[in-house]
Amino acid sequence: MLSVLTGTTDALRRLGGGVIDAVGRLGYATRFWVAVIAHAPAAFARLHLTLREIYFSGVLSLVIILVSGLFVGMVLALQGYDVLQRYGADESLGVLVALSLVRELGPVVAGLLFASRAGSAITAEIGLMKATEQLSAMEMMAVDPLARVVAPRFWGGVISMPLLAALFSTLGVFGAYLVGVKLIDIDPGAFWGNMRSAVDFRYDIVNGIIKSIVFGIAVSLIAVFEGYSAKPTAEGVSTATTRTVVASSLAILALDFVLTVFMFRGFGA
Amino acid sequence: MNHPSASGQKQRSKIVSKGAPGYNPAPLVAYRSIPSSPDPMSATTAPASVPIASPPKIAVELTDVTFGYDRRPVLTGVSMTIPQGRVVAIMGGSGCGKTTILRLIGGQLKPQSGRVLVGGQSVPDLDREALYAMRRTFGMLFQFGALFTDMSVYENIAFALREHTDLPEELIRDLVLMKLHAVGLRGAARLMPSELSGGMARRVALARAIALDPMLVMYDEPFAGLDPISLGVVGQLIRRLNDALGITSVVVTHDVYESLKIVDYLYFVSQGRIIAQGTPDEVRASGDAFVRQFVDGQADGPVPFHYPATPYRSELFANA
Repeated sequence: MLSVLTGTTDALRRLGGGVIDAVGRLGYATRFWVAVIAHAPAAFARLHLTLREIYFSGVLSLVIILVSGLFVGMVLALQGYDVLQRYGADESLGVLVALSLVRELGPVVAGLLFASRAGSAITAEIGLMKATEQLSAMEMMAVDPLARVVAPRFWGGVISMPLLAALFSTLGVFGAYLVGVKLIDIDPGAFWGNMRSAVDFRYDIVNGIIKSIVFGIAVSLIAVFEGYSAKPTAEGVSTATTRTVVASSLAILALDFVLTVFMFRGFGA
Repeated sequence: MNHPSASGQKQRSKIVSKGAPGYNPAPLVAYRSIPSSPDPMSATTAPASVPIASPPKIAVELTDVTFGYDRRPVLTGVSMTIPQGRVVAIMGGSGCGKTTILRLIGGQLKPQSGRVLVGGQSVPDLDREALYAMRRTFGMLFQFGALFTDMSVYENIAFALREHTDLPEELIRDLVLMKLHAVGLRGAARLMPSELSGGMARRVALARAIALDPMLVMYDEPFAGLDPISLGVVGQLIRRLNDALGITSVVVTHDVYESLKIVDYLYFVSQGRIIAQGTPDEVRASGDAFVRQFVDGQADGPVPFHYPATPYRSELFANA
């Protein structure tokens, strides 16, 4: 009887401890994020640092983004054509591919790739700088690591992400063109013409860009936070890197749902 | 288990005469040229022979400082005085709170109670701006150097100069080369930190620590993991730079042999308390059990060999 009681109390205590930890961490994360945003002027005052991070996060992610975009577009064209031709609507292939990419797949898939390629690298780098006391050394040299290390990486990610998503969509459309027009032999005039008349700049493209900016902010914030709050050990850095990829991916998918509800009101009313 | 009680430690905390700050007052040797003598002792013995009337100014003063993480105490009632221009060692076993003292002096941690004064200013009470302004007068050598791995040796040393000054590039170049020359690594300016040996990395970090001509340099385990030659070189550099640049140095270490050669005064810390202090000569002659165990490297003594545990016999035969 006593042991059952002790077991229950222990479980309650652990639950309580877990909740307090989680709330504490959320509070810490929020304060950290506010501080990072507040250091934006510092990041742009040291423009060369931010440019360097755009190179590391953006330019070095180009290969994976471009190749993935091309293949996603080609697959989309094959699958889309397979369904559309049953209804004799194969000339709408361009519309299907362009809308899928610009509204959804561009921002989401580019975001997921960005999280695993650049987000994990940012976390690992900041985490290792912490583990090797480089951040501490900077602090002791009266240089704020939030301004010198964290903010440039954050803004580098935020700026890179929409550009990468746009390139992803562009290459996807090109891939669909290769498959649809060159391989399957759809009329190029219909392919491009239908696409141009169906894709609205404000409604589709701008909303897609907004999504990619939001994902860029989310991934970059999570990446710098996980790196900065990593335990300063080999295990701590590896855990933090994993958490970045998992948390960023979930955040992208959840945010995508929320944004889609608000942006595209074709359903409902 | 065999540790002396808290009160016991406090009572036998001094192995030297009272008035600890006033030990062997030495003149501040500011901007003297760096002595080329290979003998590390020469620098230690020279100033002591020149007495001056007034005691040296106090660079760092800790009064009854207590600090802990959550409920685990790290430091209890620590008081120490570090006069200007001296090399003072804080010694003790691993995890005894030595590094915490440096972090308190540098304002990275705040004490739960007690005072931390640097140059007469209370460090915990400084706001961010003032704290950063104060840190610009500090240099710190981290345990494994903590060099910025994405920058060359040259850029590592230029870092603080670039961040805190508007000096023209030619002047930065000259300053960086002078600092590197002082630690004997002018030829390594273009190397990356990953291309340096442990001893070289430590010397580069030392050059970086003195880049802004600090008034106080803190060394966190400067001797850890070095071969005997590098050990001697780093030890000598600490002493020589201190005397040549008129710096005050705080050396946190557990290397008795090396530090007895170069420091002016030592504090022994165990379990978050200062349990002994004195000049190197006093430490060598000390009969204090802890100091003897530490200096002679005995496995057992006031610091027990065994981590506290239930009696060996009862644990072995618990299931018999």
